[in-house]
Amino acid sequence: MSLQVALCQLRPVLGDAAQNLAAHHAWLDRALEANAQLVIFPELSLHGYFLRDLTQEVALPIEHQLIQDLVARSRDCSIVFGFVEESADHRFYNTVVFAEDGEILHAHRKVHLPDYGIFEEGRYFAAGDSIDVVQSKHGRFGLMICEDAWHLSTGWLQFIQGSDALILPSASPARGVDTADSELSSQASWNTLVKAHALFFQSWVLHCNRVGFEDGAMFWGGSSVLDPFGEQLAVAGQDEEMLMTSMEVGPLRRARMATPLRRDAKPELIRRHLARILQDPDAMTARRDDADPKLLDEPAADQPSS
Amino acid sequence: MTLPPPPACQVELAERVLLAFLQEETRKVGFQRAVLGLSGGIDSALVVELAARALGAENVLAVAMPYRTSHPDSLRLAQDSAQHAGVELEVVDISTAADAHIEAVAGLSEDLSDTGKLRKGNIMSRTRMITLFDRSARDHALVYGTSNKTELMLGYGTIYGDMASGINPIGDLYKSQVVALSRHLGVPQEIIDRPPSADLWEGQTDEDELGHSYDTVDAFLHYSIDRRYSRSELERLGFDSDLIDLLQRRVRHNQYKRRPPIIAKLAARTVNLDYRYARDWGA
Repeated sequence: MSLQVALCQLRPVLGDAAQNLAAHHAWLDRALEANAQLVIFPELSLHGYFLRDLTQEVALPIEHQLIQDLVARSRDCSIVFGFVEESADHRFYNTVVFAEDGEILHAHRKVHLPDYGIFEEGRYFAAGDSIDVVQSKHGRFGLMICEDAWHLSTGWLQFIQGSDALILPSASPARGVDTADSELSSQASWNTLVKAHALFFQSWVLHCNRVGFEDGAMFWGGSSVLDPFGEQLAVAGQDEEMLMTSMEVGPLRRARMATPLRRDAKPELIRRHLARILQDPDAMTARRDDADPKLLDEPAADQPSS
Repeated sequence: MTLPPPPACQVELAERVLLAFLQEETRKVGFQRAVLGLSGGIDSALVVELAARALGAENVLAVAMPYRTSHPDSLRLAQDSAQHAGVELEVVDISTAADAHIEAVAGLSEDLSDTGKLRKGNIMSRTRMITLFDRSARDHALVYGTSNKTELMLGYGTIYGDMASGINPIGDLYKSQVVALSRHLGVPQEIIDRPPSADLWEGQTDEDELGHSYDTVDAFLHYSIDRRYSRSELERLGFDSDLIDLLQRRVRHNQYKRRPPIIAKLAARTVNLDYRYARDWGA
């Protein structure tokens, strides 16, 4: 038994959902021709990434015809895609849906919104408040969006809820050519991150990044599939590409037999410790007097003197 | 104390990103062609190599714009550079146009002070900008910028002059990285070896004007801006206090050149303040 997965590493047009919807249909046609059973698109695949004030203008309620149009396609194969979702009370979410057999099985609202450096998601989006798994006819999946993966707690919560595979749509911009390595420093970090997820959560990892430029920033693509041993089975380049992979049943079982991390996880212990830590207001704050004074700069000396 | 080296540049990677950048950001806004000024210096020699590879040499127009006091080597090297990249070169002598502006201002022509030299240099730079943007409209070609990150950070350029462009592929590369990428792309050796100069008057060189070598300035900017080292960390790396003061002041005082003009806020949504859209929104 195996599952045919297609990662659609596309280049969304900024703010143009109609054009992006047509592209999704074309990619789905290609994926179905290749007998894909699960088709994954990147973060905000219907809307593009650096939307800024467009965020609220392009947002769609999940019941919107445009969303339902894609959901209807899931009668032929399971589909994961992303868009700006407007809730009934007018909050805006960076959402990814998992659709199957013509229904939405699950909508994951991005929990960890990056709001530093080049990112402004905290300004525009409301944060999701739930980290769940999807029970699909193809298995049990954890959905996480880009920055969600940088918080290992996301994958761990899905791991202990029994996920077999982590689906990770992203929109990761390239940075870092001041290096001797042959890859961008942002790409090198991501490769480490997805491998760590596969290894430590003994899960398949289906990372679907986007490509293209928005205002000078390049999204580096490099979508990849890793097996539960952390082996990279397939990897895409930097241009538009459909990455097809076959997920077999064997590796997940073998990985969890070889190193039974899932069996030995201690969620109850974590719960007790978290409960204790959260009750102690000082427990999560480093105290100045604990720090080695040699490591501290004098703040005053850091001010420009003129 | 030895200073750290200037930032490295993974040249294959930078080439790959920059070619994709030029192709996508040019065509997205409806252009197939590009125009740029060739000074005979390394920055524009690098951009013309990138442009020719990205769009095809037949879609790139280079314009050399000598003034009557420009060093003759500048035009010769601009010609070498255009030839190496395989692009068409248009030579436009800006002396008449620039002199008309200079002579229209009483006393400027005879003013040999630093301010006088600066004002005349700015007029030359802006005359070149007018020439390029005119060719842009004539040929429906996007103007490519050739300011590197060292210049942008230090404000070593003329606002609305050489700093003006449609898109700029090398604005995030320090001068030393420009040199590395130029070597990789086969920019003629004489251009790489030539001391960088704005060539606004005889004997002018960038490093004389900056008072420090590009390697030193680039290393400082890289640690200070990209890696965000604190002042005490920079001192521990070997940068002396006066250098830190000088460069930090220079970066700060030139912030205005890196930003669009400030608009007085009156309404609910003000351009660039809280009316915020990517420029690619319009693509």
